[in-house]
Amino acid sequence: MTEEANPVTCHEFQAQLPEMIGSGESLAAHAHLLHCALCRTLLADLETIAEAARLIFPIVEPPDNLWKQIESAIKKEKAAIEPDEGKE
Amino acid sequence: MAAIPPITDAPSQAAPSLPLEAFSEADLLAQAQAGDHRAFAQLYSLHKKRIYSLCMRMVGNAAEAEDMTQEAFLQLHRKISTFRGESAFSTWLHRLAINVVLMQLRKKGLSLISMDEAMEPDPKGNSGRGFGARDTTLAGSIDRLALERAVGNLPAGYRLVFVLHDIEGYEHHEIASMLDCSVGNSKSQLHKARLSLREALHSLPRQEARP
Ligand SMILES: [Zn+2]
Repeated sequence: MTEEANPVTCHEFQAQLPEMIGSGESLAAHAHLLHCALCRTLLADLETIAEAARLIFPIVEPPDNLWKQIESAIKKEKAAIEPDEGKE
Repeated sequence: MAAIPPITDAPSQAAPSLPLEAFSEADLLAQAQAGDHRAFAQLYSLHKKRIYSLCMRMVGNAAEAEDMTQEAFLQLHRKISTFRGESAFSTWLHRLAINVVLMQLRKKGLSLISMDEAMEPDPKGNSGRGFGARDTTLAGSIDRLALERAVGNLPAGYRLVFVLHDIEGYEHHEIASMLDCSVGNSKSQLHKARLSLREALHSLPRQEARP
């Protein structure tokens, strides 16, 4: 069964995409993409989004008072449990 | 034992300039494991940004991210003596924080895997063309804030997989074990997340092309 004799539709192609993309398969030479501009556009966009995600999400600083809160939560916990260093 | 330098509260703009000349992270870790509170505080200073940022991405809002960060460092405090150095400490802490966030989300009754199939292509509705057929690309036009907002608006299950895979760089098999789902499920959630982001980004009013 060749692609020419039985070409996959966009629907069929897109249904296989999660698996093909997820397994790192190279899609550039996929028969469907050779003649379907819409799916090429779709794929290009998905790659753009994934690439943008890697690059643009900033590292942010937590508010200054967060440590105080954590510290007091630790103290509370210590007070609740007996401060014995019993380690299993 | 030498005294640990006091924790300086560096202004948030400044590059990290912690007084660590005398102590490597391994020293701090050993001291924190022995119960030294100031060493633990130093570890917090070293890792707070990464952990808080992770929580922000996973839950999508600052108030919850603070709660999750607090819970993560509380857990760290409880478990730090069990760290045996099989992996890098930062990797271990990162995983611990992810588990804390997932546990908190489960506690809230949130399903971590979005079962919503609304985005499945509808074979009747669009005659095999696939959904969201668009002939223009996003290339070069993704605005950082728009993407951040769109990620924040994703359903929780999609967002988690997207954040863990595309932003934090975990593999599908790792995500599957974190979320307790199948690898195929992780792949399809990621795909749906990206499709959903694509729709959101395409539906923004187009700005004038910027140089
Ligand atoms: Zn197509």
